[in-house]
Amino acid sequence: MPPPVRRIVVDEEPRIVAPQARPAGVVPAQRDAAQARRRITAAKPSVVRERMRVESVWLAYGDNWVVRDVTLPVRQGEVLALIGASGSGKTTLLRSLNRLTEITAGGARAGQITLDGQEIHELEVNDLRRRVSMVFQQPNPFPMSIYDNVAYALAEQRPPRGRRRRRSPELERAAEDALRRAGLYDEVAGDLERSALRLSGGQQQRLCIARALAVQPEVLLLDEPCSALDPISTATIEELIVGLRETVAIVIVTHNLQQAFRVADHVAFMHLGELVEYGTSEQVFDHPIQPRTRDYISGAFG
Amino acid sequence: MEAAGLARAPVDLEVVRPKRQGTGSWPLVDRLGYWFCWATGVALCLIVAGIVIFMFVKGIAYLRPAMFAESPSASLQQSQSGGFLDPIVGTLIITAIGTAIAAPIGVALAAWMSEYARPAVLARAVESGIDVIAGVPSIVLAIFGLLIFTQSFLGFLSQNAASGAVYGRSFFAAGIVMSLIALPLIVGSTREALGQVPDRTREASYALGKTKATTIRRVLLPAIRPDIASGIVLGMGRIIGDTAIITILLGATLTTEPVGSVPLLGTLRGTGSTLTSYVYNNSPAGEGNAPQKAYAAAFVLLMLVLGLNALVTRLTAAGRQRSPLRILLAQLGTWGHRWTR
Amino acid sequence: MLGALAVAVLVLIAAMIVTVFIKAWPSFSHNGLRWFGSGGDVDAQIRAMQASVPIPGHSIDYFRAWPLIWGTLVTTLAAVLLALIVSLFAAIFLTEFAPAVVRRTLEPVIRLLAGVPSVVYGLIGILALAPVINQHLISNSRKHSVGYVVQLNGADLTTATIILAVMITPIMVALIAGALSSVPAAWREGSVALGVNRWRTIVRVSLRTARPAIVAATVLATARALGEAIMLSMVAGGRGFPANPLDGLTFLFEPVKPLAATIVNNAEGLTIPALAQTMYAIAAVLLVSAAMLSFAGWAAKQPLKRYGIRA
Repeated sequence: MPPPVRRIVVDEEPRIVAPQARPAGVVPAQRDAAQARRRITAAKPSVVRERMRVESVWLAYGDNWVVRDVTLPVRQGEVLALIGASGSGKTTLLRSLNRLTEITAGGARAGQITLDGQEIHELEVNDLRRRVSMVFQQPNPFPMSIYDNVAYALAEQRPPRGRRRRRSPELERAAEDALRRAGLYDEVAGDLERSALRLSGGQQQRLCIARALAVQPEVLLLDEPCSALDPISTATIEELIVGLRETVAIVIVTHNLQQAFRVADHVAFMHLGELVEYGTSEQVFDHPIQPRTRDYISGAFG
Repeated sequence: MEAAGLARAPVDLEVVRPKRQGTGSWPLVDRLGYWFCWATGVALCLIVAGIVIFMFVKGIAYLRPAMFAESPSASLQQSQSGGFLDPIVGTLIITAIGTAIAAPIGVALAAWMSEYARPAVLARAVESGIDVIAGVPSIVLAIFGLLIFTQSFLGFLSQNAASGAVYGRSFFAAGIVMSLIALPLIVGSTREALGQVPDRTREASYALGKTKATTIRRVLLPAIRPDIASGIVLGMGRIIGDTAIITILLGATLTTEPVGSVPLLGTLRGTGSTLTSYVYNNSPAGEGNAPQKAYAAAFVLLMLVLGLNALVTRLTAAGRQRSPLRILLAQLGTWGHRWTR
Repeated sequence: MLGALAVAVLVLIAAMIVTVFIKAWPSFSHNGLRWFGSGGDVDAQIRAMQASVPIPGHSIDYFRAWPLIWGTLVTTLAAVLLALIVSLFAAIFLTEFAPAVVRRTLEPVIRLLAGVPSVVYGLIGILALAPVINQHLISNSRKHSVGYVVQLNGADLTTATIILAVMITPIMVALIAGALSSVPAAWREGSVALGVNRWRTIVRVSLRTARPAIVAATVLATARALGEAIMLSMVAGGRGFPANPLDGLTFLFEPVKPLAATIVNNAEGLTIPALAQTMYAIAAVLLVSAAMLSFAGWAAKQPLKRYGIRA
């Protein structure tokens, strides 16, 4: 029997069930003391406001419903992690947030996705994608110099007043700013004309993040950004993500439960297209309510 | 709440199917680019349709079945100038000679380049050499050929004048030079095919104690037969369509003029014409002024080449699914291979 | 044994290049560097060689090839430029915008175009295109205006350029479309995800990645255009006349005689020593041009390796 869907009301703090209220026979999630998982501590932002809202969304490819009736808020000031096994629909849901699902033919959507109150299908698609940026699993820097990569979307955005200038003072400033926010500036400041493909994997991924940040997006989508990287690069990028949440709403899809625990404020667990459980990080990992969530977190499947 | 069958949402939600992204929101410059792309695509189709339909109409109008059986005869009247039996025979002879020389040499060279390639300097030089042949215009190959075949020690390949000068123009001469232009195509096809044969096939043969030569002969070459065949057909297509070598090296006679009395050898030492030179000579650019005959012969020529094209498609489609453009790239010889993946 | 075959082929090629230059040498040595210059009517010079009667005041080897070189340059460059523009847009259309049905029709069509023999192109040019241009584009007044020097009859620079462009377009489209379809999807997707529309993505990412192939296509097409002899001898007008851009629009309709076509036109006269030397000299020029083109293509691709664009 499929698990019931919980409807989320905005700003409602999820109820934390006290241990004695749990039904008999249910075992709390095991936490291995040796694996002291630490949350990345960063200053909790002062204001948390909702940026996007996913409302009763169904997504299909062909005649296959891949995402079923999901409702989620995306807030600036926090990191939302989508976790779940392969095929749970989390990547599809992520890609629908910036309408990247439209690239493949044969998709269908029901429900509402709004950005700052506006339905995203009514926005101009390229405009939407500048406000909702994406970083992919495999670092994909263009075969150009580092500067050209970061300034890419910005250079395209400027209306050609006369000529598109490759290196105008505003573009250079914006590129430097983006590189700083991505934590890459110090490493590449010496030579921005170097080919982006010569950077290491972690640096390339940070370059992609810088490239996505250069257009000053409101929401940043990350599709398993560290799965192709070594642990040190992963740690760098995770710190980066947590640091960015103040200015950008962040949604991250990840396979790595420890990573979700480290970076996320809210966690949404999806299974076979449905939203099984949504709550704060502590609540979902330490006191999961749904049995399926408990099974996934304890590693029984996935 | 389960949606069954086709993607139908639960009743109260409306399903949105995104259409292919329109260009409405693009700046004007980008939209112009988009339309220009469509325009060139359509224009290419129209040009090809125009060429084929034009040649078809003109060819059918002037082609008579009798033409296939009659020899051309010099006459100012188009209705009495005969058919193009000799040119067709000429084309067949040239293609046969050219292919007979190019095929074994090409396959052998390709096998050497793929399986031996020692010393490395020689291998690179040969590869460059094949590139050079592929890139040299056929007219230059033709007059180089003339230079060679007018040397007295090659007099047996063509006619010798009483003064001792060698005429140098004959079916032999033209056929041998034609083999040069077919060579890069055969080498390219065979090499690419040999590169596709997995190493484990070779290793299996060596493990059975076979020598490299036997492996090539008994295992590898039979495995790539369709590709060798397609390379040969590509070469034949190139030979059939080439006119420059014919005008320089086959002499300008309308009919086949054998030299000497030995039956086959005399013809090969003699001069004649092919479909291509027949079309050229009957056009306003040549001596004759018989556009009707030119159209008819050109139509036959075009059908021949298109037929060979279709044959190549059949041969390569049998082996691998290849888009027509990839086949065309193979046709460009080693040059094309080097610059695409 | 196979190695010996390889060596034999190499020796043959080397012999070809060497002998062409040896036979060409007398023509160059008699005329010096002025062989490439202009001086008199090149048709008259060739006729003089055929008749073995030297032009008064000059030796039998006197030859000034500039009108032929000019004709070659103009037709080749114009045709390559035209074909490059058409091929770029057609290749983009083929890989990005064409619906699947259209693509499946267009690819064999392009391959068909590449297979048509040059003599058929020449026939269509001289019997179909030239009369149309003659009747509709060249006015009688224009013909009179240059009538004392040259006849305008539709077999001219424009006709030759158009047909040459059609001949070389298929190979360019094939090479460029092949490269465009090999652009990694990750780059295209990344660009679209940044809010850049499809056209700008093509221009800034796909075309940039395909630059080595575009260079290769241009080199290959130029080599093909340089070497095209038969079609041009049928269609370009056959007069060794240096088409004069200062004539305004008439320039487009003046006949030319490119280098390769000259060799074909004089195919029968190759027994005459003076003429043969001149023709070999022309062949030598063609050989050197082909080699220079090859080198130019290699040189143009070197800077692209810097940004990881695999050539």
